[in-house]
This record gives sequence, structure tokens and C-alpha cells, in this order.
Amino acid sequence: MGKPVAMTGNIAVANAMRQINPDVCAAYPITPSTEVMQQFASFVADGKVDTELVTVESEHSAMSACIGAAAAGGRVMTATSANGLALMWEMLYIASGNRLPIVMMVVNRALSAPINIHGDHSDGMGARDSGWIQFYSENAQEAYDNLIQAVVIGQNRDVRLPVMVGMDGFIISHSIENLELLSDQQVKDFIGEYIPLYPLLNIKQPVTFGPLDLQDYYSEHKRQQAEAMKLAKPVILKVAQDFAAVSGRKYGFFETYRLEDAEIAILTLGSSAGTARFVVDEARERGVKVGLIKLRLFRPFPMEELQAALGQVKALAVMDRCDSFGAAGGPVFSEVRSALYDLSPRPAVINYIYGLGGRDLGIAHIEQVIRDLQEIRQTGKVKELITYLTVRE
Amino acid sequence: MATLKELSQREELLAGGHRLCAGCGASIVVRQILLAAGKNVVVSSATGCLEVATTIYPYTSWRVPFIHSAFENSAATACGVEAMYQSLKRKGKLPVDEEIRFIAFGGDGGTYDIGLQSLSGGLERGHDFLYVCYDNGAYMNTGIQRSSSTPLGADTTTSPAGKVIPGKQQYRKDLTDVVEAHHIPYLAQASPHNWKDLTRKVEKALSIRGPKFLNVIAPCHRGWRSGVDQAIELARLAVETCFWPLYEVENGKVTINYKPKTKKPVTEWMKLQGRFKHLFNPENEHILQRLQEGIDAKWENLLRREEGSGQ
Repeated sequence: MGKPVAMTGNIAVANAMRQINPDVCAAYPITPSTEVMQQFASFVADGKVDTELVTVESEHSAMSACIGAAAAGGRVMTATSANGLALMWEMLYIASGNRLPIVMMVVNRALSAPINIHGDHSDGMGARDSGWIQFYSENAQEAYDNLIQAVVIGQNRDVRLPVMVGMDGFIISHSIENLELLSDQQVKDFIGEYIPLYPLLNIKQPVTFGPLDLQDYYSEHKRQQAEAMKLAKPVILKVAQDFAAVSGRKYGFFETYRLEDAEIAILTLGSSAGTARFVVDEARERGVKVGLIKLRLFRPFPMEELQAALGQVKALAVMDRCDSFGAAGGPVFSEVRSALYDLSPRPAVINYIYGLGGRDLGIAHIEQVIRDLQEIRQTGKVKELITYLTVRE
Repeated sequence: MATLKELSQREELLAGGHRLCAGCGASIVVRQILLAAGKNVVVSSATGCLEVATTIYPYTSWRVPFIHSAFENSAATACGVEAMYQSLKRKGKLPVDEEIRFIAFGGDGGTYDIGLQSLSGGLERGHDFLYVCYDNGAYMNTGIQRSSSTPLGADTTTSPAGKVIPGKQQYRKDLTDVVEAHHIPYLAQASPHNWKDLTRKVEKALSIRGPKFLNVIAPCHRGWRSGVDQAIELARLAVETCFWPLYEVENGKVTINYKPKTKKPVTEWMKLQGRFKHLFNPENEHILQRLQEGIDAKWENLLRREEGSGQ
């Protein structure tokens, strides 16, 4: 049993960082992730960690300094949101291309314009192809747990990739929840000592990071990154297993809820899973065979595992808290639908874009989704493939 | 300070065989700096000629640890490396007797323009590193586009000398002044033709804790449209004409390191370069005049500042 506490998502994450005690942390304030670094800065000021805190002048420099620090050979963390993540965009690819296991808390938030500081997944989804492992968290407990696991996953010798852990801005970051913290010693033991490969600070063995890579090698290096993503999958499961042994909390690529005999299902990620779970329970009481699947891991995308989990479902609604303008639906939808294409029979898959810029997702909205799915189940027909939920039209 | 004999016996830390142009000013600058710095350095570089031509995978010319991450962040990347050094040293994870110095290189584009913010941030935060700008006055790596360091009137691919507009319309930014406003412990301008002055400045900079800055002129025959063997001569003339004064600012005290006995007109430096050729047409005489006036004013100002800061 861990220590039960009540704290906001941001403070929970800052406490995970305190327990991880990274060697270097470079960050620039941006709402709603600001509180993470504020709290962490006071841990530094009070000597509760011995991290070198670099308060850079932009998120671009935050990620640049993280890259320099990680290449130098130590544990590195940062936190950001929305436009901050977008400003890091160029450097995200450089972090993963150099195989640097930086860990970043992304407090998910809408991207400008119009400016909006509230929770949606546009930032994380924008970075989906940058070569970072990506987790999404339903609540403060998961954000805390995911962050600690991220350290171990990223530093694995087969993986050596940066990891971002998402949690919904304000909805989780600023809400006070009950959660359990591990003891400082448990976290220390769980993450272990970090032994870097080819650190820059080993001046006896000089290495060159970030060379020019022309047509003769670039493809091979990118292929190796793709392979590292594949190798990350068993590592993520193993780390989750080890984490369960310490914490009693079990994690997989996703969580299924009342899915075994479900004919229709909802797939979501982040904080909306809680609301969906409640509505699923209500519908079950009315005899509706509905289940829920909550995606925790978005990169690497658990394609085969989703196929196996959703094989018996007749109709599936994929919930995207992000739009992909001009695309074949939201980012989660297009990948889930693609993953299920080879199934026979193939479930009908529909998409709801919802909750942009922090718009509330209510019980009634999910009840509507279930009604739509029931209709598809009965008629076998999809009226509208992609629908905007929680919007005035 | 290391003597010429000592320097000649030191290992070259930028290995030959790199793909920088024959006669490239930047490579001379970097070789001299590394000879002066010695092996216990970690180098960061901005994207640019220096980086792309010395690190073509699977080869590297760097006999010291080297990192390149992007164009605008040589300073921020170096700051990250330095922060890790401080952290690991404090935690006893690095040998305490092994002092490591940090040098960030960037060209004028990566320093005066896109990299100015990360340079300013690194200087303001007081990281213990030396930033070296090798200034060749344009974006040479991408094909000679104007930078904010490009001199007034120069013909570049984005400030071409055309029928209506005769080359770059603005004076160059004085980055050394901008850096000085950060009140760092040491900054200087240097030139590869004066190896002694450059070596002394590198040694001095690396002996001081905190942020340091060196702006070093690095002639580029491709961009300057000059002879392949003229880099050192052009660097010398830049100094003799006071286009590129050699001076240093240590804790606010300005010292001019070289005062030409007779200051040569800037045209002496310009006439060896094809990028200024059009300015010698009679209709552009006013630009030559403006350029000379700008240089004179800056030089006079520097002389006054030296006098003022000595009191």
C-alpha cells in the first residue's frame, strides 16, 4: 500500500519528479503545466532534490538543453503544454533521432488559434510522429504512475527513446484527487541507476552526436528508430508488471471495461474514460451490451492487441479530443479503424470529435454515442462516419 | 600563453579530411581555438558549414566530444551539456580532478539571427561556457544569403546587387555590442590572422568561470568572391581597416588589442572581394562613403570607450 494523499495532477507529477530526482531539468513555464515546474522549483530550492534546474528562455531551448544534458549522460526531464510542445517540435525529432531517453510531462492543451488554455489532445497528437513513446492518463494517479514507468521504459537498452506522458489540462492537472504515492525509496529502487551509453562527458572516449547523415545511412537510422518502437512494446508490459508488483496497480497498453461480451464499445483516452465508464455501467443496467476500451499507449500503437480485444464487437465509437483537419477522421480514429480493417467480420467504426478547448463531455453526450451505436448494431448502417460532439452546429 | 612552438607540437583536434572548402576561414579559426583549448573540451555546433562538413556519417573530424542538434540552439545545447556536468560533478558521478570546458560554435546566421535568443538566454543564466561565433557575414551554407551580419552594400543571393537595389541596404548588426549588454565576464573580437591574440583570448576565456563570448572573423571565399588563398590576408585587412577591430571587454573594461598605425580605407579590404564589386561603380560611391562613415564612427566610439573605461 502506498501513501494516500489528495493533490492536483500537477502536484502529483511534481512529486513523481521529486522522487525520480533527475540530474537535469530544463523548462519554460506554460499553462497548464506551469505548476509542475513551480512545485519542482521549490523542491530544488528546498534541497529536496539535487537536480540542476535550467530555467531556459523558451520551450525550444528547454528541449535543446534537455538534449544536450541527456547526451552528456544523465537523467533528464521537463514538462510542457500546447504551444510549448509545438515550439519544441523540431527538437522532439532530434531527441528521438539521437536516441535520448528524455522524459516529458505533457499537460495536454488546445493549440492556438484561437488561443485556448484548456484541455484537449491537439498538442500530443501533433507530436505523434516525432518518435516519442506516448502515454495518456485518465487521472492524477495514472499520470504519476505513468511518469515513473516512463523513466524505466525510456532508459531500457533496447528502447532508448524519449517518452511523453500526457494528462488532460485543468481537468486533471488542476483538480484535486485522492491518489497513492509510492515511498521515495520504492521509486528510487524501481527506476534504478541510470547508466548512459556513449556520454559526451566521457572525454577519454570522444563521440560525435548529431552528424550529417546522407542518403547512404539516413534510412537505416530511421529504420532502427522504428525497430526501437517495436522493441518498446514488450518492455512497456514488463515495466507495467514490475510496477504492479510494487504498487498493486496494473497497467497494459489499454484497459478494457465490460468488453468481454460487449456488442458495441467506446474507445477513448484521457480523462473522458471516467465519464464513459459511468455511462457504460448505467447502460449495462438497462441491458445494453456495451463495453469500454481506454487507450493508455498511443505510441507505439498497439495495433495487434486492439484487433484481439475488439474482434467480437459489432460497432465501435472512437472518441478523439482533437481534430485532424481534412483527414479521414481524428488521429485515434484513423489508426484504430485501420487496425480493425483486417478483421472478418469487421466492426463498424465511427468517430466523434469532442471536448475541444476543454469543452465538457457530459453523461448525456456518451448516452447519445451509445444510442448511435445501438442503431448501427440494429440496422447495420452507419449514417454519419465522423460527428462533432459537444459543439453547437 | 602557449608559444607557437608549443602549439605546433599539440595534437590537431579538428582532423584533416573534412569537407570544408580549401582555404576556408572557419576551419582555421576552429583549429586555432582547439589548439589553444586542449583536449578537455566538449564542443557544440549549430547547423552550418562547420557542422555538415566535419561530421558526415560515419566519419567525424572531431577528436573531442561533439554535439550538433539544430541551427538556432548551439548555445542552449551547450548549456544543457554544461548543466549535466555541474549536476554529475556535484553528485560525485564524475572525476573531480578532470576539468571540462564547454565551447559552442555558430556561424553568423546561427548566432546573430536565428540563434540570438538561445545565446542571450545562455549568457543571462550564467552558464560556464564559451560561445564562439565564426562570422563570415552571410548564410554561406545555404548559398550566400544575407544575414544581419552582412555588411552594407554586399551582394548576396537574397540581397543581390540589381538594377534598382545595389546590394544589402542596411548596416550590419553589432552583435559584440549586443552581447556586451549581457554584462558577462569576458567577451572579445578576434581574427585568425593574429593567432597570438586569438590564442591568448581563448586561453583567457577558458580560464574564467561563467559565460564568455568570442566573435571571430572567418573569411569565406565562396561568399566573399575572393581568392581561395586569401582568407588570412582578408582577415588582416578587415582589422587594418578597422572594419573588424580586435578588442576585448573584461568585467566591463574595454581594451583595444590592436590599433593600426595608419588606418586603411575600407575599400582596401573590399576591392579584393567580388561581393562589393558593384559598389566601385560611380553611381554607388555614396554607399562606399556610408560604409566608411559607419566604420569610422564605430572605431572612434571604441577608442572613446577604451579611454572611458580605463579611468
